[in-house]
Amino acid sequence: MRIAGRAIRLKQADDINTDYIISGRYKFAISDPKELAKHIFEDIDADFAKNLKPGDILVAGRNFGMGSSREQAPVSLKAAGIKAVVAVSFARIFYRNSFNIGLPLVECDTKNLQAGDELEIDFDKAVLFNKTKQQKINIIKLPQMLLNFLKFGGAVEYLKESVFAREPATVSMAGDRSKLRTKEIASSSRLRRDSSQ
Amino acid sequence: MATGQTIAEKILSRHSGKTVKAGDVAVCKVDFCLGQDGTSGLIIDAFEKIGKPGVFDKKKFCMIVDHNSPAPNQGTAAVHKKMRGFADKYGVKLYDIGCGICHQLAMEEGFVGPGDLVIGADSHTCTYGALNALSTGVGSTDLAITLATGQNWFKVPETIKVIVKGKLPKGVYSKDIILYIAKDLGADGCTYKSVEFTGPAIDALSVDARFTISNMAVEIGAKCGIMNADKKTFAWLKKRGSPVFADKDAKYADIREYDISKLAPQVAKPHSVDTGVSAQELKDTKINQAFLGTCTNGRLEDLQIAAKILKGKKIAGDVKLIIGPASTKIYMQALKKGLIEIFINAGGVVLNPGCGPCVGTHQGILADGEVCISTANRNFKGRMGNPNAFIYLGSPATVAASALTGHITDPRRFLK
Repeated sequence: MRIAGRAIRLKQADDINTDYIISGRYKFAISDPKELAKHIFEDIDADFAKNLKPGDILVAGRNFGMGSSREQAPVSLKAAGIKAVVAVSFARIFYRNSFNIGLPLVECDTKNLQAGDELEIDFDKAVLFNKTKQQKINIIKLPQMLLNFLKFGGAVEYLKESVFAREPATVSMAGDRSKLRTKEIASSSRLRRDSSQ
Repeated sequence: MATGQTIAEKILSRHSGKTVKAGDVAVCKVDFCLGQDGTSGLIIDAFEKIGKPGVFDKKKFCMIVDHNSPAPNQGTAAVHKKMRGFADKYGVKLYDIGCGICHQLAMEEGFVGPGDLVIGADSHTCTYGALNALSTGVGSTDLAITLATGQNWFKVPETIKVIVKGKLPKGVYSKDIILYIAKDLGADGCTYKSVEFTGPAIDALSVDARFTISNMAVEIGAKCGIMNADKKTFAWLKKRGSPVFADKDAKYADIREYDISKLAPQVAKPHSVDTGVSAQELKDTKINQAFLGTCTNGRLEDLQIAAKILKGKKIAGDVKLIIGPASTKIYMQALKKGLIEIFINAGGVVLNPGCGPCVGTHQGILADGEVCISTANRNFKGRMGNPNAFIYLGSPATVAASALTGHITDPRRFLK
C-alpha cells in the first residue's frame, strides 16, 4: 500500500490533543463529519483548515492525539481530506481509533519534514520517501491486521468481509470461536438511580 | 524458566486463555463495556453497520447520559434520543440524565471488580484501575466491535511501576500526588504502557482517593493505572472478586519512587496537566471561577473536604463556585450530611450529577480572559468552552480555598 501527498504542519508540534483536533463545542452538537471538518484545530491554529488541501499529509511531533477518546477526531481529519498523519508518536486511543475508521498513521522521525514537502509512504516496505528533499526515512512497520483495516476502509468493513460474513453465528477474531449470545431481547430498562438509599 | 508477570500481563492472559507477555497481541473476552453520550452515537452507527441481531450480553454493557446532561442544544438532544431508542430496541441499560458520571456509576453499580477487563468509550475508563481492574478507554468503533462480539484485541503493554512512599501531610491529597507524578513523568511519559501504582502511601489512601490517581493515568499517556486490591477495596465493593497481584520477578519497563512526605498542594497551569507547581507559587493568580466535581474529584470525600473549608464562610464576591456531584447517590449523601447547604450558603451553585462544565459545552463556560481553578483532569486550551480562557487544576481543598480568597490559595491556611 502506498500513499503520496503534500506535507502540512501545525504551529504546535508536540502533544496535540483530541480537544484541539475537534473541540467539544462542536463534537457534541454536530454529527456530520464534513461540518466537523471545518472546525479542526480551530483553537490552536485558526488558519490551518484554510491552508489544508484535500490529499495533504499532516506531519506532527510527539504524542499526537492525546486525551479524549472521541472518534470524531480522526473522523473529522479524514473528512477534511487528510490522507495520513505522520508523527514521532501517537497516543494509544487515537491510534486505535484512526485505523478503526481507516485513517493511516505513520510513526517515524519527523524533524526533517517541512510543510510543502512532497511525501510518498510505502507501508509494505516501511519507508517514507521525501521527494522534495530526496530523503528516505524508515517508518515503524504496521501489523498485517492494521493494514487490512486500511485496505477495507476501517475495522468494521474488514471484520464484516473477513470474519462476520463467513461465520454469522460465531465470533472469531484470532481463531478461537465462542458462541455469540443472541437471546431474546428483554424489555427496556432505562435506569434511574434509586434516590431512597 | 518462565518469568513473572505484571498485573496487566496476568489479566490479559486470564482473558485470552493463554499466557501473554508485553508486546504480544491478545484477543480477549471483555467483562464489561460502556458508552457515554459523546461516544454512543458513533457506537450505535458502527454496531448497526456490523449488523448483528443483538448485543453480546445485555448485562455487560450500559450507556450513560452524562457529558451533556440535560441536553443543552438540539444536536445533543438528538443523540440522547438515539441512545434511548437503541436501549429500547436491544434491551440494554441506559442511565439517563442526572444519574451521574459514567465511571462513578459503573463502579457504584458493581459492574467492575478486581481482575476484570473493562473497556469504555471514554478516556477516563482507566479510573477502575483503583479497583484492581484492567480498564481502558477506547473509541466508538472498538466499543461497537466488543458490543457485537464480546471481544477485542489488546496489545499487551509494558508496565511502569510507580512506588509512592511517605505519610501524606495535612492538607495534601491524592490529587496533589498525581499532579506531582504527572509533572515528573510528562504527558506522554507512559504512552501505551500500564502503570502499577503501589507503595505504603497508596495503601494508606481511601478508595475514593485512589480513584483520583487511576483516573489521571491517561493524562500521562497510560493505557491503565492499576492498584492492588486490599481490605478497603473489598469493603468498598461490598463483595470479593479475583484480585490479581504482580509476581515478585515481574519485568518492568521502569520503576519510579516518590516520597510524598514533604509534598505541598500542587496546581497544574494552563494548558497542560504536566505543569504542576505548589499552590503557594501561584498565590498572585486571580480566579473568576472555581469548579468542584468530575470523575476525578466529584465523590463524597471530595465534597466533604471542600465543605470543611467552606463551612460558615462566603466565597469571594467576584468568584463563581460551581459544584457537580459525581452521582445521584453522592448527591443524596451530601444532602443528608448537610454539605449541599454549606455550599449554597457559601455562595456556590450545585449542578445535577454529570460531567458539568468539564466538557466545555454548558453549565459554566468561561469568558475570554477568565481563569478557572478546577478539580478536573484536563486543562487543555478551550476545554471549558473558550480557547481564550485559562484552566488551573488542583485538589478539592485548593479549589475551595481559592474560591474563598479569589486567588489560587494553599488550602492549609484554612485547615489549622
